[in-house]
Amino acid sequence: MWRFFHKLGSPKHFYRIAGAWIPWLALFCAGFMLVGLYLGLWVAPPDYQQGESYRIMYVHVPAAWMSLFIYVVMAGAGAIGLIWHMKLAEVMAISSAHIGASFTFLALVTGSIWGKPMWGTWWVWDARLTSELILLFLYLGVIALHNAVEDKRTAARATSILAIVGVVNIPIIHYSVEWWNTLHQGPTVTKFDAPSIDVRMLIPLLLMAVAFKLFYAVVVLMRARCEILQRERNTQWVRQLAGES
Amino acid sequence: MKTRSTSRAFTLLLRRDLTLAFRQRAEMINPLLFFVLVTALFPLGIGADPGLLRSIGPGIIWVAALLAAMLSLDSVFRSDFEDGSLEHFLLSAHPLSILVLAKTLAHWLITGLPLLIVAPLLGLLLDLSADAVWTLILTLALGTPVLSMVGAIGVALTVGLRRGGMILSLLVLPLYVPVLIFAANAVETASAGLPITAHLSLLTALLALACSLSPVATAAALKISLS
Amino acid sequence: MTTAEFFHMGGYAFYVWTSYGLTLIVLLANVLSPLRQRRKILADLARRERRERKLK
Repeated sequence: MWRFFHKLGSPKHFYRIAGAWIPWLALFCAGFMLVGLYLGLWVAPPDYQQGESYRIMYVHVPAAWMSLFIYVVMAGAGAIGLIWHMKLAEVMAISSAHIGASFTFLALVTGSIWGKPMWGTWWVWDARLTSELILLFLYLGVIALHNAVEDKRTAARATSILAIVGVVNIPIIHYSVEWWNTLHQGPTVTKFDAPSIDVRMLIPLLLMAVAFKLFYAVVVLMRARCEILQRERNTQWVRQLAGES
Repeated sequence: MKTRSTSRAFTLLLRRDLTLAFRQRAEMINPLLFFVLVTALFPLGIGADPGLLRSIGPGIIWVAALLAAMLSLDSVFRSDFEDGSLEHFLLSAHPLSILVLAKTLAHWLITGLPLLIVAPLLGLLLDLSADAVWTLILTLALGTPVLSMVGAIGVALTVGLRRGGMILSLLVLPLYVPVLIFAANAVETASAGLPITAHLSLLTALLALACSLSPVATAAALKISLS
Repeated sequence: MTTAEFFHMGGYAFYVWTSYGLTLIVLLANVLSPLRQRRKILADLARRERRERKLK
């Protein structure tokens, strides 16, 4: 069992094992997503206040949750890579960055689209949207720094530091923006954090959240495999792999 | 014996940086002029209605302070990187975070402290009340060191890059947001005559956090950039 | 809910379906990007192998 984890640390075995896992994870992801979408879009009743527009929640909220989750994973993997000099942790960290940024972008755009019928405008300086915007900049900073440094190992270590500094700042930024927002917006009724959500609406939401997590797992493994091919391109096993294709 | 020599190294490095900076006094004026100029541009852009200026004045001044801090950040490690002394710091027996703290303190004394001195003039330009100006000076005193210290992390990450200056802003400005929010709001609240103990506590907390953690992060970033 | 109601979404059809459409695009992009990258990397490596074999 421990040998399995030990093997996972080697890029060559990780490439193979991840390759085997991807189809299964994708299958489960598709399953959860189809059931979640069916329950969310077809079965769940319309909201008494927002009508049918609340259904955007089923993609907006999971996307927002993922944007935060992925940043924490990225910072954690970066920290592990820095402390224990694990190549694979560095690979996982940088593979997560683009995915996290895309989810943050999705959360912002769907949040904005949801805001139009809710608040009447395309953009409001709502605490959550503003924090998401700053999170997007944090992600873009990580990606920009990674692209600016030429050596892959130095790039990974530098972006790990940035990600760790960012993750410490996220609660501070979020708190400060929320505080700022309550001063300037007054009591805005945000349906995002309705205390009592109907269970028929909650189940599809949780299913979609799981589906998005599984999706992240699939895509991060795909990206990690690409990154490994790049880093290990001078080794025997990669040459063999390239020769076969 | 080692502790004493580390604190001696700290003071020596601080004095060295200050002396070097004072030899190029013109360079010291630039961020200051930028600060005043940017603040002066806003009334030209949005109209000189005193009520309007008074209400957005604190925000303008603080954004200008952020931008001035950003512009001046490059000088923290640039000259030492170019002539190789930065590598000497990495190799020295003293903890790098202490040396970094000395350099960051010097940077703040050169670029941050002058902003405090000029703040009353800007208060005049934007028609701020006396209360507001005092609070402004106080928030600048608490906030600009945070800007220098957090900025130093960004500079350390980008010092080895060719076009590091461009992405420095992208890296550092999101981290500056809490300081901006609490400081600008403190000045506004003070103008309205309300107590600002909460704001000042939060700013002091940010300062404490920056003082304790950012030298460590900056040192780690320097070691990586120069590897 | 009927099929007509499903597509109409209580008048909010534009907002709901644009959001889901964008979600689909983002998810697809996230899947296609590594696929394309992998194909490109392997092709580049194969080309390099052939070049080196010719030199030997």
